Amino acid sequence: MTILAAEAFGLQPLWIILVAVLWIGFFVLEGFDFGVAMLVPFLGKGEKGKDDQARRVVINTIGPHWDGNEVWLLTAGGATFAAFPAWYATLFSGLYLPLFLVLVGLILRGVAFEYRSKREAPQWRYTWDWLMAIGSFIPALVLGVGFAWFLAGIPVGMAPAAFGNEAVFVAGGLDQWNLLLVVLTNVFALVGGLLFVALFLAHGAYFVALKTRGAVHDRAQEYGSTLGLVAAVLMLIFVVWGNLRMGPNGVLGVPWFPGEGATDLFGLLAWVVGILALAGLCFAWWMNSKKRDGWAFIGTTIATAMLVVMIFLHMNTGLGFADKTLIDMTSAASSNHTLTLMTIAAVCLVPVVLAYTAWSYFFVFRRRLNTVSIPALTVNTQN
Amino acid sequence: MSPDSLARWQFGITTVYHYLFVPLTISMSVLTAVLQSLWYNTDKDAYLRLTRFFGRLFLINFAMGVVTGIVQEFQFGMGWSEYSRFVGDIFGAPLALEALIAFFLESTFLGIWIFGWDRLSKRVHLLSIWIAAMGTVISSIFIVAANAWMQNPTGAHYDPEQNRATLDSFTEVIANPVFLTQWPHTIATSMMVGSGFMAGIAFYLFVTKARDKAPADDVSAYRTGLRFGSWILIVSGVLTVITGDLLGKEMVVSQPIKMAAAENLLSPEYVGKGGEVGFQIIPGVEVFPGLINVLYGTMIAPDMETILTYQVDTQGYHHWDRTSPNGRWIEGTPLQYGESSVLYLNYGVNDHVPDSYSIAPNVPVAFWSFRLMMGLGFLAGVGGILLLVATDRKKIPQPRKLWTLVCLALPLFPLLGNSFGWIFTEMVRQPWIVNGVMTTAEGHSPFVGTGPALFTLIGFTVLYGVLAVVEVGLLLKYIKMGLPEAEEITIKNDDDELSFAY
Repeated sequence: MTILAAEAFGLQPLWIILVAVLWIGFFVLEGFDFGVAMLVPFLGKGEKGKDDQARRVVINTIGPHWDGNEVWLLTAGGATFAAFPAWYATLFSGLYLPLFLVLVGLILRGVAFEYRSKREAPQWRYTWDWLMAIGSFIPALVLGVGFAWFLAGIPVGMAPAAFGNEAVFVAGGLDQWNLLLVVLTNVFALVGGLLFVALFLAHGAYFVALKTRGAVHDRAQEYGSTLGLVAAVLMLIFVVWGNLRMGPNGVLGVPWFPGEGATDLFGLLAWVVGILALAGLCFAWWMNSKKRDGWAFIGTTIATAMLVVMIFLHMNTGLGFADKTLIDMTSAASSNHTLTLMTIAAVCLVPVVLAYTAWSYFFVFRRRLNTVSIPALTVNTQN
Repeated sequence: MSPDSLARWQFGITTVYHYLFVPLTISMSVLTAVLQSLWYNTDKDAYLRLTRFFGRLFLINFAMGVVTGIVQEFQFGMGWSEYSRFVGDIFGAPLALEALIAFFLESTFLGIWIFGWDRLSKRVHLLSIWIAAMGTVISSIFIVAANAWMQNPTGAHYDPEQNRATLDSFTEVIANPVFLTQWPHTIATSMMVGSGFMAGIAFYLFVTKARDKAPADDVSAYRTGLRFGSWILIVSGVLTVITGDLLGKEMVVSQPIKMAAAENLLSPEYVGKGGEVGFQIIPGVEVFPGLINVLYGTMIAPDMETILTYQVDTQGYHHWDRTSPNGRWIEGTPLQYGESSVLYLNYGVNDHVPDSYSIAPNVPVAFWSFRLMMGLGFLAGVGGILLLVATDRKKIPQPRKLWTLVCLALPLFPLLGNSFGWIFTEMVRQPWIVNGVMTTAEGHSPFVGTGPALFTLIGFTVLYGVLAVVEVGLLLKYIKMGLPEAEEITIKNDDDELSFAY
């Protein structure tokens, strides 16, 4: 243990990377199931009277997976709490209202998946379908806005806290309503929010195309070509704007151009990674138009992962806050002791989780679905 | 209402609500796995039908448990930022590990179990429900360990530079005697909830289907289910009493004020620092101190009265020194163990609790929640015995009012008993969020104002209320539908119809 503790110097950056990996896992996996759920009311159209079966095909592509995908969010949140308590405390209390919106969305969609087919009445089912779409749209949008703010750097300030001490708070403890307004109306952040929504819609459409056959499959491909294009345009704006406007240390408003700050490795890498994200999307769109479902899905997977990497590169050691002197990787971190224990746990367990998740996706539920594979409209076959 | 009171209400409402589904789904996952194992071993249709019947009731509850659980992890940071900042070095790790170890297991393998009936061999499919059940049990280990640390903060010291609690030893956190007694109690009481649920529902269907001359196979399957549930209810009831006794004795040591409040033994002289009376003695209720000494006194040197006199005299926070051979009460909290920590000295009650603040818990809540917890659990156990007697030797009881009551009581009493148990555990720790170390008022996010706090409080309450109606409606519908037919389960090709789909 002492040897590990002595090497703890590298543990804080390692945990930033691990938190980034967890967010990548979340957005890559939950990203497509956000997209799939948002598309349910649109892709789920069949010949007369067959809407419900088509919708069920769409929902069942993510049926066995959505819950596991969501655990990546809980793990990212838990890891942030354990590795950087001050990051978790400042961020979550500062974004109180936006996070409430995310939670409401996640509650609605989770219940919707499980309950929508539990009654036969079309009204019941269609209500849940819309709730799962809206409940996926809200978190995608709000998390996109939030991650754009991470890139820009969320303003922070000191304010009085427990024990008569001062602590770091978002916007120095600004009133939550004003904060919500500021957070949601920043144009760059809104582009980020829309980008996340469009990217996940495209990601979801390609996933549905990959996992289905028949009419649903064809419609998913059609949607995918429009959505891929919209997402690519938004990605272009976000990558260029984000990398141009944001300084190498994520300070809002400091212009940075390649050449001027080329010594800043992170800034340079952010450009490279951002362009890869854009390239991934273009590739996905191209493959979708060539009806190569698997490659299209891989394209949006790369785009999503690279987008998160780009944002984390801009965050650098500042945890997405604007002022590193108040809070950064070092001052927010847990003790080396805790980080060491957590590192051992993560190194041992993450590969196991990845292994059985892969087994579930690639072995147990590898097949494509069709409207003929959905059992007749009866509730008694429900498990 | 002040923002921190609103935050308390929100945490209370969302947590009690979430905890309706937790004990039910922990135990139902295990019991469903047992039923499926019985089917696997005997190949009897009745077990398969019971597995699928209770399996889907389990899933209806599980969905609610999952979505309300996400709120739990987020609201430590949202509503209790200063608590999170202070304890994150210790408290964060169990939450992260719970997600990493337990939640991934249960969600992935439950997905595999739900959709995998026709995709996997019987053996692997059975394994998937067992792994999912294991996941739910493992999650309880981490969260109860985290909670036990709030009751009795071991394995940590105060770091004045960072102004927070710092982990000394994870082993000590896990070896926390409160955890070692609280976790078995949690599991035993959880098993009472699931088995009571099974027994009550199976009994209702048994009696009504027998009256309606349903096929003999159905009736006998219900009988199997109700006797299975009743036996487990009784066994877990006995385990609940044993573990509860151990936990009670542990609390006398680590949280004497809590147990004193539960027994209404706090004397009126025991008041908060400001000298105001911080609680009220329930009028007309007398508890025999002698009985308390029989229950708790034998294991520790001073009897309850001595403890309380000492507490009153010094008006400070004290705990039982386990390292001393004969035991003794020492000032401070376990955070100081073996450390040069100054946590208590700096932030002990005498310094940082405002004058107007009482350090005594709410005695009526303590007294009644403690009794409701035990009473409801005890009645549920009696209900289990009644069912076994009533259905002995193929007897079929006639529908009667008594049986209707029993059918309602068996699922609900253990559930409510669990709720009161946690209300007792959490509310009677007050005013502390970390016992003896940090007050709940200090843990609150200071910049979540009244408006936003009220908004989210109403938002969650309304949403949870509506979902409760929806979920109970579905439960009733699926209970009334009764046992599904035992379908032949075959491994299907990729083009065949799914045997299970949303």
